[in-house]
Amino acid sequence: MITEALFVSALIFAIGTLGVIVRRNVIIMFLCIELQLNAVNLAFVAFSRSVGIEGQLFVFFVMTVAAAEAAVGLAIIISIFRHYESVNVDKFNLLKW
Amino acid sequence: MTMHLDFSSQGHYLIALLPELVLSVCAMVVLMAGVSKRMRNSPDRVTDLGWLSLLGILVAALANGWLYGVTEVGSSAMVAVDGFRLYANWIFLSAAGMSVLVSIAYVDKQKLQAGEFYGLLLLSTVGMMFMASARDLIVIFLGLEIMSIAVYAMTAMNRRDRKSAEAGLKYFLLGAFSTGFFLYGIALTYGAAGSTNIAAIAVAIGDGSAHTGLLGFGVALLAIGFAFKVSAVPFHMWTPDVYEGAPTPVTAFMSAGVKTAAFVAFLRVFFVAFDGVYAQWWAIIWWLAVLSMVGANLIALVQVSVKRMLAYSGIAHAGYLLLAIVSNNGTATAGLLFYLLVYTFMNIGAFAIVMTVGDQAERNQRIDDYAGLGSRQPMLGVFMTIFLLSLAGFPGTGGFMGKIFLLQGAMDANLVYLSTILVLTTVLSYWYYLRVAWFMWMREAPDADTHVGLAVPVALRLALIVGVAVILYTGIFPGSALELARAAAESLTSGRFLSLSAR
Repeated sequence: MITEALFVSALIFAIGTLGVIVRRNVIIMFLCIELQLNAVNLAFVAFSRSVGIEGQLFVFFVMTVAAAEAAVGLAIIISIFRHYESVNVDKFNLLKW
Repeated sequence: MTMHLDFSSQGHYLIALLPELVLSVCAMVVLMAGVSKRMRNSPDRVTDLGWLSLLGILVAALANGWLYGVTEVGSSAMVAVDGFRLYANWIFLSAAGMSVLVSIAYVDKQKLQAGEFYGLLLLSTVGMMFMASARDLIVIFLGLEIMSIAVYAMTAMNRRDRKSAEAGLKYFLLGAFSTGFFLYGIALTYGAAGSTNIAAIAVAIGDGSAHTGLLGFGVALLAIGFAFKVSAVPFHMWTPDVYEGAPTPVTAFMSAGVKTAAFVAFLRVFFVAFDGVYAQWWAIIWWLAVLSMVGANLIALVQVSVKRMLAYSGIAHAGYLLLAIVSNNGTATAGLLFYLLVYTFMNIGAFAIVMTVGDQAERNQRIDDYAGLGSRQPMLGVFMTIFLLSLAGFPGTGGFMGKIFLLQGAMDANLVYLSTILVLTTVLSYWYYLRVAWFMWMREAPDADTHVGLAVPVALRLALIVGVAVILYTGIFPGSALELARAAAESLTSGRFLSLSAR
C-alpha cells in the first residue's frame, strides 16, 4: 500500500518538475509547483501510516504555507502583468535569465 | 540565578523564543503604524518607522543577550537555546539593523510603502531566526518560508519599476520550485528515519534503523534545496538577476541575511542529523563548492555592472563557505560563523555605496560610473575600498581572517585540493574587486559635476562607519568574535555527541 502511494507521489512530483521546466506560462508553472507540494503531501501521509502522526501534522503546515505562497505569488504575477500585459516568461527579458 | 528550560510546559517556549516574539510584535506595530492616518500624512514617516524598527531590533538583541544566561535540559526540543543559534541571531540582527539604516533614504526617495517594507523586513528576520533555532525539520521549513515569502514581496516592492517586478517573479518561481525539492527531501528523510527531529534522525542513522535508500534520496534532495537557497553553482541561476533587479536595500539585506540563514540551517542539518552518512554526501557538497568558487569567480571577471558583480561575488562566497560544510568539524563551523558575521557587514556596506553612487535610485551601476569617485568623494572612496579589500580577503580586514579560519577547518579535515582552489580563486577575485577600486582612484571623472552633489544621509553614514569599524576590528583583533564563534560551534558539537551517546 505504502509503496504504491510513494510511487504515485514520485510520479506526480516528476510531472510537476517537468511542467515547471517546459511550460512558459507563469500561471501554469505556478500550478506545477503546487502539484509538487501536493505530491510531497501524499508522501507524508503515506509515511505516517507506518511511522507516526508527525507526517499528517506536517501536511497541514505545508497546506498553510502553500496558501500564503499563492497569495504573494499571484500578487507578483498581477504586478508584472501590469507592466507587460503578458504572463509568458519569455517576454520578461530586462534581466538575462 | 540561571534559568532552566526543560520545555515540559508550553510557557518555556515563550521564553526560548523571546527575541523572535519581540521582533514579531514590533513588525506588527510597524505595519499598523504605517497605515495609520497620522503616519501617512507625516513627511518623516519613513524615518520614524525606520527608527521604530531599529528600536525593535535593539530590544530583540537585548533579549538575545539575556538568553545566554538560560540553560536548557536535553537537546531534543523543537527549538534550540544554544550558542550556535544565539550567535546566528547576532548576525541576523546586525543584517536587519544595517539594512534599516541604509534603506531609509532609498525608501523615502523611491516612495516605497514604508510600513510594509519595514514590517516585512522584520518578519523575514524572524523567519531567519527560526531557521537558526530549529531542531526539527518542520521548524526549519516554516522559518524558511516565513523568510522567503517576505523577501519575495520585498523584491517586487517597487511596483513602478519593471525590473523589480521581473526579479520578484523570478525569485518567487525558482524559490518555490526549490522549496518543492526541499520538502520532498524532508518527506523522504522522515520516511527513512521515522522522525523529523534532528537529534532523533541522528540516532536512527547511528543505530542503523534508518532505511538507507530513502535516506540517500532525502539527503540529496535536501542538499539541492539548500544549494538553491545559498545560491551555489549550478543552482545559482536566479541570483544575479534577482540581486540586480531588486531594490538595492533589499539586495543588501538578502545577500547577507538569507545566505546566513540558509547556511546555519544547512550546517545544523548536515552536521548533526546526517553526520552518520557523511561518506554519502561529502562528494556532492565538494563539487558544489568547487563549481561555485571557480564558476562564479570566472563570470565575475567580465561583469560591467557593480551590482551584478557583487551578486557573483556572493555566489563565490557561497563556494568558500561550503568548505565549512564539507569539513564537518568544529573549527570550520566556528570559521563559518565568524565569516558570515564579517560578510554581513562588508556586503551591506558595499551595497550601501552602490546606493549612494546611484543617488538612492537604480542608476550609475556600471563600473565606468565609479570613475573619479575617489577624488570627488574621498570618504566614500575609502569606505568602498575597505569593503572591497575585505571581500577580496586582504590582510588586516575581517574578510582575510574569515578565510584563514575557514582554511584552518578545511586543513583539519585534510581537504587539500579544496583549500588550494579557495586560495587560487581568491587570488583571481582580486582582479574584479580591485578593478572597481582602480576606476575609483586612477580614472578621471568624465564631467566636472560627476559625483559632486552626492548626498550621504546620516543613517547611511552611521551604517558605513559601523561596517568599517567591525571589519577593521575583526581583522586586527579577531579574538573576541572568534571566541564566541568557537563556543557556538562547541555547543553544536556537544549536541551532536549527546545524540550519538543516546544510541
